[in-house]
Amino acid sequence: MTVENKISVKSTTCYMCACRCGINVHLKDGRIKYIEGNPDHPVNRGVLCAKGSAGIMQHYSPARLTAPLKRVGPRGSGEFEEISWDEAMSIATEKLRAVREKDPKRFAFFTGRDQSQALTGWFSAKFGTHNYAAHGGFCSVNMAAAGLYTIGGSFWEFGEPDWDRTKYFMMFGVAEDHDSNPIKKGIGKVKSRKDTKYISVNPIQTGYAAIADEWLGIRPGTDGLFVGALIAELLKSEQIDWEFLTRYTNSPWLVIDDPGSAKHGLFARDEAEKSLCYDLEKAAVTELIVGKSKPALIGSFKLSDGTKVVPAFQHIVEEFLGDGYELTKVEKETGIKAIDIERIAAEMAEVAFSEEIIIDQKWTDSYGNEHDQFIGRPVSFHAMRGIAAHKNGFETCRMIHLLQMLLGAIDGPGSFLYKPPFPRPTPPHKKNATASAAPGEVCRAEPLGFPSGPEDLAVDENGEPTRLDKAFSWEYPLAIHGMMHMSLHNAWAGDPYKVDVFMMYMANMAWNSSMNVKNAIKYMTDKDADTGDYKIPYIIYSDAFYSETVPYADLILPDTTYLERWDAISMLDRPIGTAEAAADSIRQPVLEPDRDVRPFQDVVLDLGARLGLPGMVDDDGNPLYPGGYSDYLVNHERAPGVGPLSGWRGEDGTSHGKGAPNKNQLRKYIENGCYWEFELDKAERYNRFANQAYLKTATKMGWMGSPDPIVLNVYNEMLQKFHLAADGHGDHQPPDHARARIKKYFNPVPTWYPVQEHVDNNSNEYPLSALTQRPAHMYHSWGGQNAWLRQLTSQNYLYINSKTATNQGISDLDWVWVRSPHGEVKVQVKYMEGVNPGTVWTWNAIGKRRGAWALDKNSPEFQKAFLLNHVISENLTTDDGEVRSNSDPVTGQGAWFDARVKIERADDQSEGLTSPMFEPVKFYDKHKRPDVLSYGFDKEQTFDQAERSLGKKEDL
Amino acid sequence: MTCLPEKTDKKLGLLIDLNICVGCHACAVSCKEWNTSGITGPMEDLKPYGDDPSGVWYNRIHSYEFKKEDEIDRTVYFPKSCLHCEDAPCVTVCPTGASLKRSEDGIVLVNPDVCIGCKLCSWACPYGAREYDTTGGVMQKCTLCVDKIYDETVSEERRVPSCVSTCPAGARHFGDFADPESNVSQLAAENDARDLFPEMETKPVNQYLPPRKREHHESKKLDHKVSTVKDALVKWAKLDFTG
Repeated sequence: MTVENKISVKSTTCYMCACRCGINVHLKDGRIKYIEGNPDHPVNRGVLCAKGSAGIMQHYSPARLTAPLKRVGPRGSGEFEEISWDEAMSIATEKLRAVREKDPKRFAFFTGRDQSQALTGWFSAKFGTHNYAAHGGFCSVNMAAAGLYTIGGSFWEFGEPDWDRTKYFMMFGVAEDHDSNPIKKGIGKVKSRKDTKYISVNPIQTGYAAIADEWLGIRPGTDGLFVGALIAELLKSEQIDWEFLTRYTNSPWLVIDDPGSAKHGLFARDEAEKSLCYDLEKAAVTELIVGKSKPALIGSFKLSDGTKVVPAFQHIVEEFLGDGYELTKVEKETGIKAIDIERIAAEMAEVAFSEEIIIDQKWTDSYGNEHDQFIGRPVSFHAMRGIAAHKNGFETCRMIHLLQMLLGAIDGPGSFLYKPPFPRPTPPHKKNATASAAPGEVCRAEPLGFPSGPEDLAVDENGEPTRLDKAFSWEYPLAIHGMMHMSLHNAWAGDPYKVDVFMMYMANMAWNSSMNVKNAIKYMTDKDADTGDYKIPYIIYSDAFYSETVPYADLILPDTTYLERWDAISMLDRPIGTAEAAADSIRQPVLEPDRDVRPFQDVVLDLGARLGLPGMVDDDGNPLYPGGYSDYLVNHERAPGVGPLSGWRGEDGTSHGKGAPNKNQLRKYIENGCYWEFELDKAERYNRFANQAYLKTATKMGWMGSPDPIVLNVYNEMLQKFHLAADGHGDHQPPDHARARIKKYFNPVPTWYPVQEHVDNNSNEYPLSALTQRPAHMYHSWGGQNAWLRQLTSQNYLYINSKTATNQGISDLDWVWVRSPHGEVKVQVKYMEGVNPGTVWTWNAIGKRRGAWALDKNSPEFQKAFLLNHVISENLTTDDGEVRSNSDPVTGQGAWFDARVKIERADDQSEGLTSPMFEPVKFYDKHKRPDVLSYGFDKEQTFDQAERSLGKKEDL
Repeated sequence: MTCLPEKTDKKLGLLIDLNICVGCHACAVSCKEWNTSGITGPMEDLKPYGDDPSGVWYNRIHSYEFKKEDEIDRTVYFPKSCLHCEDAPCVTVCPTGASLKRSEDGIVLVNPDVCIGCKLCSWACPYGAREYDTTGGVMQKCTLCVDKIYDETVSEERRVPSCVSTCPAGARHFGDFADPESNVSQLAAENDARDLFPEMETKPVNQYLPPRKREHHESKKLDHKVSTVKDALVKWAKLDFTG
């Protein structure tokens, strides 16, 4: 008997979440047999999570859209007719052409879990609208902003602990993260070393927190106080890496101390704009020359003109040794005992300063000083959503970075390490667009970027927002990922203006991606009383699946699954890689679509060509990328020699980083397992903010504009510029309604403040914090509908500390009402001991709307599962009396985790149904939904034959 | 009734480190995708898009909270699959010979062509590790990916069960417990590996490393050199910190 080996294996990149692991897809008879991690891939080295393995069921989901759809019933009815792509593209083109000719800003383009933001952002700029963002504003922008403006890198997936060497690892508020598999691999390494301690700071003890050596069940939103108390302990005991501070941070820089003046709080600089220090040897204010100057960190000095100055570090001392971080207060607010804070500070100091890691390796710093060693302080941190999703998240994250700097634990062996292309200047030299373009013009910059002062805000002559979502306005100046969570509300309210076309991609804004679902739906269905038209006149949506949002769109452009398309994980966007190597990767289609669907990136380029957008058509108006996205990936140049993919550039394919387009580039990627990896030289792996060889390489590769060192900010002058503006200094002035807020929240030294909900008198009426987490098997995915994953979780409970519950007479599995000032939801509780007693929590996005996702009508996701979103509002009355976004006042980060609730046992325990239960959306029946699924392949052998032949394939 | 081999040449099995498992379910789903097309597949899913989705899983992850007297509460994730016992009661109870233990490597399998679906084995298994396939009317269970670990078309380092090659945290190890030099024997010896329910006398091959006890933290406190802003400004004024 012969068995034909019909299995073929194709490599590509997973898209079941944001981790972007390399996968090998095994195919047989045109179907997927098995998906495994690519053993060589830099992200996952062969492992794969539950989502990744369940990709088979995602690919064959009965919720897949099959053809372009045009709405024929009222919005929300789900009444559509199938149309051709020609018709769909004509409709979209005409709608967009009309906007572009009239006022480009009236086209809003918000993408959700988009991994092609280098394309979609560029498209928006060429269209002429700056009303573009992805979902970062309601995800974790606080981490990105605090990191990039402080140390030129951030946690997120842009850096990682030195998993192989760290000896003390502290993780804040992470249930699961973009770096899904690298974190699991890393924690596995940390836990395999008996001399390494891992502390989890998290109100909830699940997943990563469950295996920590020590769990600190902190009260939500108070992490900054805990970190501040650690900083105070280290300062008081002089357990500080003074050399790191004087060399690599702006601690010695002199700050003007002239209250009331327009320069108060800014750095003193000489005529050549060089920063100054007080040199103790010269006993004079001089230019700071790292390695030569002997700068003071404390003291009061005078410039030649008599201006008083103090070193920046003195401001740190004044903040953290001053009032606010006393252990008794911190213990009361955080729930972490003072003796534990003292002990942890002592443990950190001991590891940092008594267990340093030395790597003998010659290297030269950016100031020309030669070194024989890299010295590492093996204390490392990671933090994400639990810090980010609070209205004090930006400041809390800055404090964590300050703690790292005081310990000298940044980019050294055993500490937090950047992943190239980071570090970058603080902030990166890419400015945001400040306004949309005139009709027919292009934006002067891409919509998202990094303001470096009030002059870069997207505001009009009255200081009011020019962006629909009010990102980069005086209300949310550093909203570097935009504020998608405000976009539907603002478009509905016409505040600051109305739009004509609202396009979304991969964002479930009619359900779990919106705070306050009821209102989100209202925003899309409300009509203007005078005209009878929808207040948001036209909605275009692209997704691969029939989500809750699909019924609210007027035109659906159905996307492919991730296994049916080309993609790039680009250095221009959000690259992959490790601390030791830069990397990027591609997706290649491993299967042809069996439906009338198109990759959204092809559609974007086609739209651009039909609209004649610059960069998308040639001089004769013909499409520049007729081959679609794969054509663009190879041939598009953002700057000369710089394209979406860094590997195998140049006509002969031998250049990396920069080089001419190479027509064989994609083939080279495929031959290499669909990724490119560029390993750094051993002398380039640490202290990269001031590592001369690394910075030269980074410049050569196109990651940096110049090899200038990146000075880490213990003191952030740019934030002081905003503060000064609010004090009335400078040409760029905030409107009066924003002044007090800027003064309060923009401080050059990180400063802790309680979030509003904890201060309001409602903390008595609403005594519990309410949080959400995503299960590791569904994080950042569309997995709730997945035939395998939903067997793992199809109902979520409200987890509550048993003591808190019994005090209220609530039994395990009781149904309760969760009420906040914004809404209520009926849920089933489960007792848990490993949760902060003042906190309740649930798994997010398990609850679904009846009719969506091609699930049967009595699915537990509809009947019993729930969203906590119903008790969270996107708007709040802030302490200055204004109604503003429920967001961090600096970055606009959606503050999901500040919700305060009370719970009451439901009168009716027998019904067993959640509430609110929205009217069903129209059911989707384009694919068969088997009652019994037996996925597999017909057997070619009996069991006996198969068993006998194991390992003897050559005999067959 | 079915006989067990007197001795097996190898004792292939898993060593699962509960000190590392984060309960992510990667192993369970990877098991499912491999084995549903494997030697004893398919692994059915009942009402996969319906009101009570369920299915056959050779590997399931349970989670528990527990508290020992002197410890704070903790959450433990416990992956459970067939333990390929040396004295496998599921084999001896089988009336047809479908339930078998391989003499060469000790892997316990069910031959679906012979199984009559009487479920005696699932009653006999103290671990609840057997899964009934209603469609085929046969019993199913972990195969230790017998059709992967011997497949010479698979690269040598990937010739391990799917749950092991995929485990992101590295909590799962595969090897021959009969060989004292093997990775699993060594890890077991070094780390206080445990049998599951030793009192059942099934001599399970799979071993578990228990969650490491959380140490009590010895109080420590740094000596304060300064305590107020004023102290610090006086003491640190004009100090040269460049070493």
